[in-house]
Amino acid sequence: MVIRHRERHESMGAMPVAAILWCVASLLVAGVFSVVLGRRAGFHRVTYGASLTACSVALFSAGADLTLYGGAASTLTLPLGLPWLGAHFRLDALAAFFLVVVNLGGAAASLYGLGYGRHESAPHRVLPFFPVFLAGMNLVVLADDAFTFLLSWEFMSLTSWALVMAHHQDRDNVRAGYIYLVMASFGTLALLLALGLLAGPGGAYGFEAIRAADHTPGIVALVLALILIGAGSKAGLVPLHVWLPLAHPAAPSHVSALMSGVMTKVAVYGFVRIGFDLLGEPTWWASMIVLALGGITAVLGVLYALMQHDLKRLLAYHTVENIGIIFIGLGLALAFQANGMGWAAALALTAALFHVLNHSLFKSLLFFGAGAVLTATGERDMEHLGGLIHRMPYTSFAFLVGCVAISALPPLNGFVSEWLTFQAILQSPQLPQWGLKIMVPAVGSLLALSAALAAACFVKAFGVAFLGRARTAAADQAQDVDCFSLAAMFLFAALCLIAGILPGPVMDGLSPVTLALLGDRMPVQMGVPWLSIVPIAESRSSYNGALVFVFIAMSAGLAVYVIHRFASHAVRRAPAWDCGFPDPSPVTQYTAGSFAQPIRRVFGTLVFRAREQVEMPPPGDARPARLHVDMKDLVWDILYAPVATAIGFAADRLNHLQFLTIRRYLSLVFLALVTLLLVLALWP
Amino acid sequence: MDSLVFDIAHLLAGGLVLVSFMLLYQDRLYALLNIFALHALVLALSVAWQAFIQNAPHLYVTAAIALVFKAIIIPVVLHRIIQRLGIHREIETVVGIGLTMIAGIGLVALSMVVMLRVTAAADPLAREDLAFALSVVLLGLLMMVTRRNAVSQVIGFMSLENGLVLAATGAKGMPLVVEISVAFSILIAFIVIGIFLFRIRERFDTVDIHALDRFRGERR
Amino acid sequence: MILDLFVQGAQMVLVLLLAPLLTGFVRKVKARLLRRQGASVFQPYRDLLRLLRKDIVLAENASWLFRVTPYLVFAATWVAAALVPTIATGLMFNWTADLIALIALLASARFFLALAGMDVGTSFGGIGSSREVMIASLAEPAMLLIVFTLALVAGSTQLSTVAAFMASPAVGLRVSLGLALMALIMVAIAENARIPVDNPATHLELTMVHEAMVLEYSGRHLAMIEFAASLKLLLYVSLIACVFVPWGLAVSDAGLAAYIVGAVAYAGKLAAGGFLLALFETAVAKMRVFRVPEFLGAALMLGFLGTLLLFVSRSL
Repeated sequence: MVIRHRERHESMGAMPVAAILWCVASLLVAGVFSVVLGRRAGFHRVTYGASLTACSVALFSAGADLTLYGGAASTLTLPLGLPWLGAHFRLDALAAFFLVVVNLGGAAASLYGLGYGRHESAPHRVLPFFPVFLAGMNLVVLADDAFTFLLSWEFMSLTSWALVMAHHQDRDNVRAGYIYLVMASFGTLALLLALGLLAGPGGAYGFEAIRAADHTPGIVALVLALILIGAGSKAGLVPLHVWLPLAHPAAPSHVSALMSGVMTKVAVYGFVRIGFDLLGEPTWWASMIVLALGGITAVLGVLYALMQHDLKRLLAYHTVENIGIIFIGLGLALAFQANGMGWAAALALTAALFHVLNHSLFKSLLFFGAGAVLTATGERDMEHLGGLIHRMPYTSFAFLVGCVAISALPPLNGFVSEWLTFQAILQSPQLPQWGLKIMVPAVGSLLALSAALAAACFVKAFGVAFLGRARTAAADQAQDVDCFSLAAMFLFAALCLIAGILPGPVMDGLSPVTLALLGDRMPVQMGVPWLSIVPIAESRSSYNGALVFVFIAMSAGLAVYVIHRFASHAVRRAPAWDCGFPDPSPVTQYTAGSFAQPIRRVFGTLVFRAREQVEMPPPGDARPARLHVDMKDLVWDILYAPVATAIGFAADRLNHLQFLTIRRYLSLVFLALVTLLLVLALWP
Repeated sequence: MDSLVFDIAHLLAGGLVLVSFMLLYQDRLYALLNIFALHALVLALSVAWQAFIQNAPHLYVTAAIALVFKAIIIPVVLHRIIQRLGIHREIETVVGIGLTMIAGIGLVALSMVVMLRVTAAADPLAREDLAFALSVVLLGLLMMVTRRNAVSQVIGFMSLENGLVLAATGAKGMPLVVEISVAFSILIAFIVIGIFLFRIRERFDTVDIHALDRFRGERR
Repeated sequence: MILDLFVQGAQMVLVLLLAPLLTGFVRKVKARLLRRQGASVFQPYRDLLRLLRKDIVLAENASWLFRVTPYLVFAATWVAAALVPTIATGLMFNWTADLIALIALLASARFFLALAGMDVGTSFGGIGSSREVMIASLAEPAMLLIVFTLALVAGSTQLSTVAAFMASPAVGLRVSLGLALMALIMVAIAENARIPVDNPATHLELTMVHEAMVLEYSGRHLAMIEFAASLKLLLYVSLIACVFVPWGLAVSDAGLAAYIVGAVAYAGKLAAGGFLLALFETAVAKMRVFRVPEFLGAALMLGFLGTLLLFVSRSL
């Protein structure tokens, strides 16, 4: 039995929670004011400025709580909501970490919105909901009883739905909003059932009571399945991910960044809170399910992303892949915890949570860049872009940093969380169960495969959209965006670099979270010489991001100096060589579809049933040859289409109930009454 | 020294699994025959090493039979048959090579799990060799199931038989008379298959099994 | 401390000096096997010097990324090569990057090279980049699984620890190591763009992957990229040598005699590796492009099988 070191520090009273609740309240007030004054020109500056300040204050309070006070818990109960329950709010280590993530993303999106909001065509549809969306996400993380949790969760879903529907003139957006609403309601239903099962027949909705209660293994299994469906659908686990690539691109760009970078993390928070904190001791077969789902999600997400040529949809599918990676880390933590290996569980959980932070940083950065491209050119389709590195130098530099970070290349932050996950996988031969012995190496190879495919995906995204020659006039005449958007992008790019060079402080910041959830922590990283990180022991493995960065910079600098000093530094410009046949038309360069073609041939024939058909006109005919690529979304065909057909069928049948005579309705009532009386009579 | 002896036995058994994978990877018929000769050679080496460890001289005869018949005679004769029948030398597979390899890995994992769990109390050297032998048998079966060409199915059948020989020698007990009878029955089966291949080729102009299906007659 | 720094610095200079020699040696052996005289083994040095002194001809729409990439590629490959033990284990900075970081450094070099291929906006660059990322999407996971196998056997991902463990008698002849060796050779061939995956000697569209990406480079940029390719070949040969043929490696703090023995052993391993590579390239024909995923898929399977065997049983 592992002793859980919860509540190690004395409770801090209510002050930190109150501070953050005041920020939430100010966000709500800003939203209300935007309803009234939203149509005024330039009002977006007020709204985004207010949300920027509120989020920054919340960020600093949560960060201070995590680092300075070691994640001591503080609670507050407000007399809102159900009269006998009230609304409980609690700020502990896990909540503090996720508040940092949420408010960092919120602050950056507000900063971006200060510049981007100028181009918004329907500000009265966006401005009221934006601060309220941020408020909802903060409330979900702070909630300490089931009612507040579910209410805030629904609040978050509805406000984001309203933001998705901001440009409702587009048919695609309407469809995206509809599917999003259906999936969100389905997810909330699953969470409702899960929390209801946990609360039990006594109706003990407070999280304190749920933590203290004993749950039978059957209930635990059922609750786990329900939260995988509920939180997993919001996060984007396959097969419940279908709404994500439709809804995330439909919203305005800073909202897309929030939905992809932050809202999915709130869903991960929901899973961690209920799965790790409230459920108590995990079982090993639960970890197998989480690992399997994580692995499949990671590979499928990136394969879908590779086949896209809409920039925002590519980024949304890529979020699915990263959620898969996070769930792989969480599954490993569950497996280690179930077998009593607390130090390894701490390593896996730190890796997963570090990836939560990293992903929110670089995915938001990439969405900001895509928004900048959309503002500058009006195009989201990569096949209409190209050569933007010349026209939008700052945006392309920030986007490049995001691409390098998300491809897990050193010395940026994506590599650190991936390295930690691999180290956790290398500890797992010590797990005794046979199922895990087969599952973990399989999931490890899926993780490695998804990392390599992610790099391919972002070579494609950056190469087709920003490099090469402009394919349309819109791309040729693009201008770089305003200073607020650029500031938000460069802030996150700098944070990516810092988190990659100084991962030790981040890992130490996460140790209160692992201590609270698992009762164990990783070794202290701040004291390691030269700023390395040592996850287990010096002799096993270590990594030093700062020194790698310094070495690369020094080697490159040395090479540049030596060559420019002792060899030539002359440059001549000329037309491209292209083996002697340069073609002036930009149509001859590689498009997104052609770049993905080798990978589509290798993986796509199996996963997407991709088939290519070439129509070659006979010799002498001057028509162009045509290539058709036919791909199917197997998840949609196997799962969703039959379900939709079945629901339609059932609804048609049940429609007959609308057209009965009065006598028939009376006999239905009579039948129901008699049945209930019979049940009462026969109940033992 | 002891562990080195075990390690070499494991290495040879693992090498046999590796060569089975190489058999699955080939897409040309002559290369397949050469790899099968290698398969039989590795089997002969493995059996000879077992004879050395267990001090069982009759196993040397088994190794010699494997070497002479399966590594030399059978590939040469099959080579001649293919040339005379003019069989086209590309192997068509039912599913792609990648998917076949993934299925092969799954089968190896399955046989490792089954063998190592079931024989938890037995001699450690024999357990792992048995696990490898079961893998070779399953991979041979996989090859028979996923190939359309009759010659490659015959090769699959013979690699399956190699796996059985490995299992029998690993389990410390295989009298010579069994081996001789097995070898002769293989030889006879192979001659029969060869004759059939000739007749099929004469009649239908192809040895693709799909073509044979068409002539099977209506289902009643 | 000063001695350690000197050894690390000497290692960095050594890999830089030896890389073109290895490339020249491989070309010489290939030429001799084809009954040609072949160029001298020092020809790559002359080629590099010649290229360094030439003007660069840049395409009109080449961006700053195109100009920066050769130096980044060279720096990343040099840092990676400097961390692989050649003569001695226990390099001073070996704890900064383990095997996984090494692979990731090579991956970042490849990332920037693929981007540079897309930069000028010609179809050749696109061909090279798209094929390169396809090959990388299978070669990198295979390499990671090989690293897992080695790490599970040696108990660490630090290259010096792995090399020291493999040199000790505790390792034994393991099946998983045999599988890892085969997979590593296959991955090394793919990553270094050697026959049967890619032909480093021609510039035909049908056969090129690496050459297509660097088609627009000239002068000192091309020199940096070719140098980086030679360094990568040296890195992989040294990696195979220090992990699978580790005898002769000097332990840190050994005397001068041990270092000399290490140097002689290393020269011998390089020569043997180069000779075998040349022999293999001459004997085998190049595969068509869509057979390469099957080749690398086989390497991935072998790596996975090695890892799986180590998860399932401790002695395999």
